[in-house]
Amino acid sequence: MRAWQMLGFAARRLLIAVPLLISVVVVNFTLIELAPGDPITVLVGDYPAPDEYVAQVRKDYGLDQNLPQRLVAYLGQVARGNLGYSFVNRQPVLELILERLGATLALTLTSLAFATLVGVALGALAARRHGGAFDASLQTASLAGYSIPEFWIGQILIIVFAVWLGWLPSQGAHSLRAPRDGFGAALDTASHLVLPALALSFRYLALISRMTRASLIEVLNADFILAARSRGASERRVLFGHALRNAAPPVVTVIGYNLGLVLAGATLIESVFGWPGIGRLLFTSISARDYPVMTGILLLLSAAVVIANLLTDIVQAVIDPRVRRP
Amino acid sequence: MSVETAELAREGLAPEPSRTADFLRRMSGARLPALFVLTVAVVAIAAPMLTGYAPDAGGPDALLPPLLPGHPLGTDNIGRDIWSELAYGGRVSLTVGILAALTALAIGVVVGAAAGYAGGALDTVLMRVSEFFQTLPRFVLALIIVALFGAGLGKVILVLAILSWPQTARVVRASVMSLKAAPFVDAARIGGMPGHAIVLREILPNALAPIVVVTSLDVATAILLEASLSFFGLGDPNLPSWGGMLNVAQEYLRQAWWMSLFPGAAIALTVLAFNRIGDCLNAALDPKRRGAR
Repeated sequence: MRAWQMLGFAARRLLIAVPLLISVVVVNFTLIELAPGDPITVLVGDYPAPDEYVAQVRKDYGLDQNLPQRLVAYLGQVARGNLGYSFVNRQPVLELILERLGATLALTLTSLAFATLVGVALGALAARRHGGAFDASLQTASLAGYSIPEFWIGQILIIVFAVWLGWLPSQGAHSLRAPRDGFGAALDTASHLVLPALALSFRYLALISRMTRASLIEVLNADFILAARSRGASERRVLFGHALRNAAPPVVTVIGYNLGLVLAGATLIESVFGWPGIGRLLFTSISARDYPVMTGILLLLSAAVVIANLLTDIVQAVIDPRVRRP
Repeated sequence: MSVETAELAREGLAPEPSRTADFLRRMSGARLPALFVLTVAVVAIAAPMLTGYAPDAGGPDALLPPLLPGHPLGTDNIGRDIWSELAYGGRVSLTVGILAALTALAIGVVVGAAAGYAGGALDTVLMRVSEFFQTLPRFVLALIIVALFGAGLGKVILVLAILSWPQTARVVRASVMSLKAAPFVDAARIGGMPGHAIVLREILPNALAPIVVVTSLDVATAILLEASLSFFGLGDPNLPSWGGMLNVAQEYLRQAWWMSLFPGAAIALTVLAFNRIGDCLNAALDPKRRGAR
């Protein structure tokens, strides 16, 4: 029964995600159509491409046909996994992006894990002594953490930890003289990851700690906490066994629904630290006017956000039975 | 507070403070941020009088550290005075932040009021559209729109507004829906007032509080997004901006920390100030907390 209910919920959510994904492709199509000049420039990029290729693209995307036919042609190309070809990089766009996906995932997931652990811990500490000095300073710090541009935090971290103290590398993912494989190489990459991941985590950390605090304070006032306390449960057990579990749903929402924010932050952070991911690719493709790469990245990042929201809803339903009801 | 009033307050007998006084007292946390925003605005407007150099004038003294005579905040890689650039750069941040937020407000109020008052299919469609807009990765979308359509100040404002109206629309819709059934709205309807007049004259003035809060937070977001676009090299190339300064500073982090420190701090403090004002307004305008500490 429970499993069926769960599956039904997941199916309903999926039914909402599919039109969203199609809308994402339509947004891309609209941008290509509305951009000044011939759509062929956006589809091929501002690069001297061979005439046969340009003619082929005109045919594939139905550029000599009317608007609905062009939309159908575009949807068809994307559905086949064709995001175009980058002449600047001499590589299909999808392949180009997927090659860099690993680096971006390593960066965003490290930040996410760090922000979640530290954010929940700080939020819980503040909620326990609600109204105290630590609570007040965390409130101020989290508002600041949410307001400071992450790329500037990145620059300041480089100045302090790479330039002044010389503790950590500031650019790229590998050192030239580091071992090429094995433990040494992993350690080298990890040392390159510290500063960008830290810079990227601040805004997220601020959001998560704020939400953990607010949700915990509400839960700690509930009757079942009073009941647990009156049964003589220890403060530790009340906090970790009862309160934190029940305070989790809104925190999970904040984590999952702000993935777009982290991905946007990653594009900036990768440019600051020369991290070889999708953001860095976006930066170079903008200066090279490599339009198919730009629209391809927008498409994949938007799809990633839609899927992240879908997964968040499903996780939500697993931990909170109230959500599952139709 | 005198001993007697303290005594009275404890017994709950003290005279109730007026609503304006109560509001101002609870807005005290916003005093410092408001003063900061005002200072940035005055410096930006009076920049020609407060600076010794044109913001785009290079000079022979490149990469001078701060606190030297003539260049209080140092110079950049081609000898431009950082203080002049900073003062003029405030113009871009404040203009884009405020105009983008106001444009988003206009779109959001129209969409939210229509959806909330009409209800039904229109409401469903408009809310689905705004939900969809909220899923899109805003910064990346803004980046690509500006890269495709060109980077003028007006275009940047429009793009940021188009990407931030859904929040306002949702807040307005919620207020309109809850006020739609209020007795004074019923009275207006029975009195024969047309729908648009009811929304404009009866409902919206009473929904002002949450709208003001969302708008001040929108200013903060727009300033941050504009700085990010300029940092990516997609700001207006003819105007000095804080994000653009950080873009140049990126190449000189090893030689000139001051090129990064001052513009970054200016962005952070201005955004923080608008966020703080929004938070304070939210607390002060919340009717549930009226009269509370």
